[in-house]
Amino acid sequence: MPLITYREALNQALSEEIARDSNVVLMGEEVAQFKGSYKVSEGMLENFGSDRIIDTPISEAAFSGLGIGAAMMGMRPVVEFMFWSFCYVAFDQIFNNAASVRYMSGGLINVPIVFRGPANGGTNVGATHSHTPENFAANTPGLKVICPATPADAKGMMKSAIRDNDPVCVMENTILYNLQGDVPEDNDLLVPLGKARLAMEGNDISIIAHGRSVHTAMEVAETLSEKHNVSAEVLDLRSIRPLDVDAIIETVRKTNRVLLVDENKPFCGVGAQISFLIQDRAFDYLDAPIKRVSAIDAPQAYSKVLENYQIPNHDRVLKKALEIL
Amino acid sequence: MEGLYHDTDLEKSKEEISSIQNESIEGDEVRSFSETPINKSLDSEERVRLFSQMMRIRRFEERSLRAYQQGHIGGFLHLYIGQEAVAVGAVSVMSEDDHVITAYRDHGHALAVGMNMDECMAELLGKKTGCSKGKGGSMHFFAPDKNFWGGHGIVGGQTPLGLGIAYALKYKGTKGACLCFMGDGATNQGPFYESLNLASLWGLPVIYVIENNGYSMGTAESRHSAGEPLARRGEVFDVNWSVHHGHDLYEVRAAVHDALTLARTESKPSVLEIITYRYRGHSVADPDQTYRSKEEIEEYKKSKDPISLYKDILIKEECLTEELAQKIDQSAKEEADASAEFALASPNPDPSELMDDIYWETDNPTDRRSEGTMFFECPET
Repeated sequence: MPLITYREALNQALSEEIARDSNVVLMGEEVAQFKGSYKVSEGMLENFGSDRIIDTPISEAAFSGLGIGAAMMGMRPVVEFMFWSFCYVAFDQIFNNAASVRYMSGGLINVPIVFRGPANGGTNVGATHSHTPENFAANTPGLKVICPATPADAKGMMKSAIRDNDPVCVMENTILYNLQGDVPEDNDLLVPLGKARLAMEGNDISIIAHGRSVHTAMEVAETLSEKHNVSAEVLDLRSIRPLDVDAIIETVRKTNRVLLVDENKPFCGVGAQISFLIQDRAFDYLDAPIKRVSAIDAPQAYSKVLENYQIPNHDRVLKKALEIL
Repeated sequence: MEGLYHDTDLEKSKEEISSIQNESIEGDEVRSFSETPINKSLDSEERVRLFSQMMRIRRFEERSLRAYQQGHIGGFLHLYIGQEAVAVGAVSVMSEDDHVITAYRDHGHALAVGMNMDECMAELLGKKTGCSKGKGGSMHFFAPDKNFWGGHGIVGGQTPLGLGIAYALKYKGTKGACLCFMGDGATNQGPFYESLNLASLWGLPVIYVIENNGYSMGTAESRHSAGEPLARRGEVFDVNWSVHHGHDLYEVRAAVHDALTLARTESKPSVLEIITYRYRGHSVADPDQTYRSKEEIEEYKKSKDPISLYKDILIKEECLTEELAQKIDQSAKEEADASAEFALASPNPDPSELMDDIYWETDNPTDRRSEGTMFFECPET
């Protein structure tokens, strides 16, 4: 199986789907000539031409809405946000129009669009460029939200998202773009949305995470195993909405202790919803309170030192895990 | 029309237009749009049908107002009364490849594209038989089978969607265009300008039809907009623009026809500002008297009512008699009354239907490819 980066995996997914379906186009700021701000679309302009790989002006509201209008007409646009943080100037388009047109039309109109781009902190770019809006999107019926953590998922879930008939928000991570992993060479590699991945099997504690936090959770699980004789299970959610509730409940029933880790800010973050679900469905299986490590509840700090402390890191996660063991 | 800001301003805007475009429209008052080819080609029956459509919209809305006052309709009810010639005139020159999208004052456009009164009235009453099964309401009518893409509640929010419809038409090589209706208030929303830039840059066949009724909610144009006329805002993007009288059905038809032709033949966008007037409040529950006078409304009704004016034209053209006009009016009233009866007698949607129409996937469970839980609070079964 070829070893490729998360970035190359996305590029493959986009290229294969564009080649497969003439309704698929990629548009966004700097996606064509510039090859993508993070080089995700490298080579695609040359391969598919400017009708399919489309540079837009810096007008998120207009090109998001344009994509939605085109999707209503049967196209399958992939709209890139250079950062998901920039979706805030297109909020009305995504959260009113993409999410609600199907409902408000009584099911007459579909919006098969993909909004994608990185949504993460940890890159030292300050509060305006470090948002993780997966909880906003998941809070909006009509939208789907996925946060692939590995190259294989980046490819398989992106392909599923493009073929999906509903609007899907794909939240990537700039820090993961260079991550390498085995990715099958398969034009139909489709990882279903809403299916969690058991990243590590264990018996003593369940660490439930998504996005880059999955990798932090894995490192902590290694430490727990090596230094504390603790067998941790790591569940990678992959998808926030739909959510693999069964997999969450299953791991809780198995280990009876839960630590939730994600980069969201804590208030009404993804972890808050999962915590509710666990106490609602598996209360009797818990041997300890559910604990959570989220981003520290301040606007994202610029200083590298501060930000490294702010987002879930190995030491904060380990400390919290030990509290409930 | 002294004291009627809205009209005096049109006179002013005309001067500006002639100086900018070096093309006088001063002759408009005497120029008869009935002589333009698109209007000349109308036969008598078609002319009467346009009258009938305007009449149906007005009587439908008057009946919906009564239903609102009787407590059968909740929320907002943004009536189109006074503006009928704009939607009817514009839609009447569309081809089958052309599409329409509009804002929340959408009943007129919906009926003009051919939606029926029953489904519209039932939607206003939140009934299961409504065009959106009671899930959209007054502001969110849709009929994609009639190329009608809504019905959008957020001011200006539909302007990028109209752009996207035009983009898809061009991408697919369809010789159609998108008429994107908006109010004067929407011209002050940022996405409109982002859209104008893209429309011009990419040569997209979208026509922004500004239905300037003089007020963005309760704020008069003089208090909400600098740099009139509003259509001139297309100028900096090299978008063709012009200003027209919305009380003249033939003029609306001629203007929209020209813009559609430009869109179809050269794939170029336009901004058309159509000066019109609404007789009712922004929504029916809003007070009128805080920002305009009764006299102003009465004056407009007396001298610029699009239906009365068109009726006079048709009588002069010998297409219509007073008697036939009354018959058409009576028939529109009866149709509106029947739609209210239909809506009242229709069942309410069931709480179980709350979860339908959200995702394609959950509506098509046998074809579902995703897994996991999609909804986190559902009606109890």
